[in-house]
Amino acid sequence: MTSDQIRQVILEILERIAPDEDLTDLDDVRPFREQMELDSMDFLDIVMELRKMYRIQIPEEDYPNLNTMAGTVDYLIPRLKDVAVGA
Amino acid sequence: MSILHTTLTGRKVFAVRYDTVIIGAGMSGLSAGVRLAYFEKNVCILERHTTVGGLNSFYRLRKRNYDVGLHAVTNYAEPGTKQGPLSKLLRQLRMKWEDFDLRPQLRSSIVFPDCSLHFTNQFSFFVEQIAAAFPQQVDGFRRLVTRIAEHDALDLERSALSARQVVSEYIRDPLLVDMIFCPLMFYGSATPRDMDFNQFVIMFKSIFQEGFGRPFDGIRLILKRLVKHFKALGGHLKLRAGVQEIRQTNGIATSVLLDDGTEIEADNILSSAGAAETMRMVDPNAPLMKAEPGDISFVESISVLDCEPASLGHSDTIVFYSDSKDFHYERPNVPVDLRSGIVCSPNNFDYSQPLEDGRIRITALANPHYWLNLPEEEYVAAKDYWNSQIIQSAIRHLPDFRPHVIDTDVFTPRTIRRFTGHVNGCVYGAPQKFVNGQTSVRNLYLCGTDQGFLGIVGAMLSGITIANRYLLK
Repeated sequence: MTSDQIRQVILEILERIAPDEDLTDLDDVRPFREQMELDSMDFLDIVMELRKMYRIQIPEEDYPNLNTMAGTVDYLIPRLKDVAVGA
Repeated sequence: MSILHTTLTGRKVFAVRYDTVIIGAGMSGLSAGVRLAYFEKNVCILERHTTVGGLNSFYRLRKRNYDVGLHAVTNYAEPGTKQGPLSKLLRQLRMKWEDFDLRPQLRSSIVFPDCSLHFTNQFSFFVEQIAAAFPQQVDGFRRLVTRIAEHDALDLERSALSARQVVSEYIRDPLLVDMIFCPLMFYGSATPRDMDFNQFVIMFKSIFQEGFGRPFDGIRLILKRLVKHFKALGGHLKLRAGVQEIRQTNGIATSVLLDDGTEIEADNILSSAGAAETMRMVDPNAPLMKAEPGDISFVESISVLDCEPASLGHSDTIVFYSDSKDFHYERPNVPVDLRSGIVCSPNNFDYSQPLEDGRIRITALANPHYWLNLPEEEYVAAKDYWNSQIIQSAIRHLPDFRPHVIDTDVFTPRTIRRFTGHVNGCVYGAPQKFVNGQTSVRNLYLCGTDQGFLGIVGAMLSGITIANRYLLK
């Protein structure tokens, strides 16, 4: 997947987890938590949704990489490079 | 999922095996089930009763629908709210606000001798009420509210603290203390006279700060949506499937044995049956973990009216009343404690259309031992007698609706035991809570009333929290 495709996947996950948030103006370099109501339970759900969709295991020590959209995309590019969209 | 096993004698048998078996299809068990099924766990919910819901269930009698537990869903929030337990719950379950269809209360009251306080879903209104009735106490009350806001009620590793002791540091007038405790204890205390401060905080926020709501169709709407969602995610639900025994070897649960002799294997077991009730399933003779069942229970009188209660001049959603300035919340020595009670009218929520008929439900503390041991032939007469006593007592606080009654039903601790399996027909579970959900059996966990989050939203969050913490690894 390309970085744009990964970004789109993350947006869809955020919409599922927090359907009442408006994500149109999401700033990719600011932490998610500064821009939306996301508690630790919701945050874990991002990790779990990724595991469910792409079978990737994200170890707890890597969670800080997922604080922003840009960080999440960078972290996932090598891990999803061989995955087709919609897989 | 079926797996072929070969027994010691060489006989081949199919055993059913799940990642997690959940005991009880109440609010907590169903919510845990949704979480596990959503993340592709192989999960089965077992319910002994013929229908789902447990303490918050429903039934049909003489062509009318009745709710068992629900007066109101606490923790009300306006659709689209991003914070608070209800929003958290919907997110976790991937459900929508419309799935719960909560309509807000109109107004509720706490009525004590010579003093009444009203509250709505706007907390500032309640503060104004206290400022007007207890001008000397309102500053202390505001400081108590700050203390409550700073308390993390979802911390699973905290120690017990007397709520009365904490509250009395802020409020000096014992009448106001009892008026605040009255709704909170009635709607969630498993312990007599006092509550753990953590439970107090949960109840205070859920009742006074967030408030009451109800779906137009009652609790069955939420339950049906939960079940549909769970099944669509691939979860299995078995009704009339009571668990007789939880089998374990060296402190690790291996399977459950149903009443009909079926054995179901599981990697993990999550029980919402109550702490004492669950440990009796592990070993009925020598429980591995000390857990006493609670004994706070209620009798409820349900009157169906030929008119809306508001047309008789009663438009409060819920009235909590006490005849004496000292509120007595404990198991009474008489069959029903007529000194205090709760009047709920499910009609008095902000619906877009009226309900099918008028309803007045009156709930009072009851002695479970009396009701559970009453011979069958005396049970019906006792229900009739105490129904009229409860109404007689309550109509001091609302218009006399008796000429408008077209049907009546009464539920007692006996009814509650049938729906929940709780030993004493207790409503809010055991006095001692097991907040971290762990038991002395390593892969056996507790959720629901005995885990300790309260109310309908609390029960659902209990199932979710324990599932997240132990069962989604």
